[in-house]
Amino acid sequence: MRTFEYAIIDELGIHARPAGMLVKEVKKFDSKITLSAKGKTMDAGKLMMIMGMGIKQGDVVTVSAEGEDEDTAIAAIEKFFKENL
Amino acid sequence: MESYTGKSIFQKVAVGRIFYYEKNENIVKRNRIEETEGEIKRFEAAKLVALGQLDRIYQKALKEVGEDNAAVFEVHKMMMEDEDYLESIHSMVREQKVNAEYAVAMTGDNFAKMFSQMDDEYMKARAADVKDISERLVSVLLGNGTDMGALKEPVILVADDLAPSETVQLDKSKILAFVTRYGSSNSHTAILARTMNIPAVIGVDISKEWNGKMAAVDGYTGTVYIEPDFDCMERMKNRIAEDEKKRQLMQELKGKETVTKAGRKIHLYANIGNVADTVSALQNDAEGIGLFRSEFLYLEAKDFPSEEEQFQAYKTVAESMGGKKVIIRTLDIGADKQVDYFNLDKEDNPAMGYRAIRICLSQPEIFRTQLRAILRASSFGNISIMFPMIISVKEVREAKRILEEVKEELKEKEVPYQDVETGIMIETPAAVFESGELAKEVDFFSIGTNDLTQYTLAIDRQNPKLDHIYDPHHPAVLKAIKMVVDNAHEHGAWVGICGELGADLTLTKTFVEMGLDELSVSPSFVLPVRNEICNL
Repeated sequence: MRTFEYAIIDELGIHARPAGMLVKEVKKFDSKITLSAKGKTMDAGKLMMIMGMGIKQGDVVTVSAEGEDEDTAIAAIEKFFKENL
Repeated sequence: MESYTGKSIFQKVAVGRIFYYEKNENIVKRNRIEETEGEIKRFEAAKLVALGQLDRIYQKALKEVGEDNAAVFEVHKMMMEDEDYLESIHSMVREQKVNAEYAVAMTGDNFAKMFSQMDDEYMKARAADVKDISERLVSVLLGNGTDMGALKEPVILVADDLAPSETVQLDKSKILAFVTRYGSSNSHTAILARTMNIPAVIGVDISKEWNGKMAAVDGYTGTVYIEPDFDCMERMKNRIAEDEKKRQLMQELKGKETVTKAGRKIHLYANIGNVADTVSALQNDAEGIGLFRSEFLYLEAKDFPSEEEQFQAYKTVAESMGGKKVIIRTLDIGADKQVDYFNLDKEDNPAMGYRAIRICLSQPEIFRTQLRAILRASSFGNISIMFPMIISVKEVREAKRILEEVKEELKEKEVPYQDVETGIMIETPAAVFESGELAKEVDFFSIGTNDLTQYTLAIDRQNPKLDHIYDPHHPAVLKAIKMVVDNAHEHGAWVGICGELGADLTLTKTFVEMGLDELSVSPSFVLPVRNEICNL
């Protein structure tokens, strides 16, 4: 399993559009990818749940990936967070 | 009597009652469903339609209000495909045995509640988005606005515009004519009208008041008459009778050879877009299929169509045509034909983007599946393969190399196939200039005049503002065709036209004189073109 932590910089937090883009990114990989924040862990491929977490600016999220392509998955998603959130 | 004019798409006349199409209010009732699996299927079908609608709205918004404002529709699409949302709907239908409309409405309310209870103003507003997508699904399920299946008598369909997702559901036998406010002569509705052989007038200042009124649509002049008077009706009826006489004359051409008076034989084939179209190709006495657009297999699916699904479709057409030539064009997705599961990036310039053979050569696994299916079907008829959007000899060699590999694979597994002719579409100026070299690589060319015109004249054919200068008769286009014909013949390839221009009767003589070997046209144009050729 691979993980990384990231503190959200975007002032709106993980709002609808980046959540949508995140889900799209996650679905490219076979690994099981989860998003944890504020004591909750959610499947990062589920848009409504991710939006429902209400992650805001300053919140620290942990992303984990587990599966055959976990290395490429985690790299791609970390890049996504840095570029978009 | 009032009259309105617009641009005519198809020269024919229709008289009938107007059905004004617009979206309605939704009233959801709870019903008990016994056939729950059928209900789930109905929901899934509605979801596909709704996703199609959203995609179109997104594209429109992208052009009109820019990417940032359009993004909401993309989010809507993704919300509609959210696993939890769908699972909630499915399990409500299965466990509570309720109708899909009710399950969608309840699920929408539940998710909206989740958002509206959040302490974040931005997220609170997302409740409206969930309600919006649920409303859209319910509309489709209820048939509000989109379901024309409820039409009892044939009507003249009047609408602002019709999306492919809407026309897909049309009961084609109930449509006498189309009258729309928007659309261009190359829009979806226009192509549909030509395929269906019915009059269509676009760019008309339509009104809701027309609903239920009698009207006449004159496709010769592009005029729509509302509540036509007696004289007008008589004129229209005469016109219809004349057209009918002409049609009967055409029927007499069935079974005749397509030969000029000087004895030159032209192969007259039909273009088809799905398996069902084979029927009209045969009814209109097409001598083969000059263009079988394989995209429908991909456009109508939720995921990549399997080799078996494709094989069945190709086999059915090959068998139905009973040994007549069937030219299957490999996947031409991209540009104006988008499919979600391909995950294609949004492009600034899709017509010049990642599409057709470019996708196939970059993602050969998709290509191989299709080639395997085509080769397997080749044992059941006379199949040829055609590659679209070619710009270089290198691409053709690469495509052929993959084809050979697939053949080897089949040979090893002892799966039977026939030798197939291979050809390419000539749609780009690059292919025109390279036609001499390209002809050495293939058995035939088919000129796709719609794209060739678009690329030669640098005119986006989706843009209605440019409609007046989108001129397929432009000397540059005709010179390009001539050049292709000469180069093909010099190097031993035969050459045809499969674009809209092939059916342009004012050019039939020119094409025959240029030396074209084949014309492939919409099924309804086969007999008129044969008539023209036989009289040359």
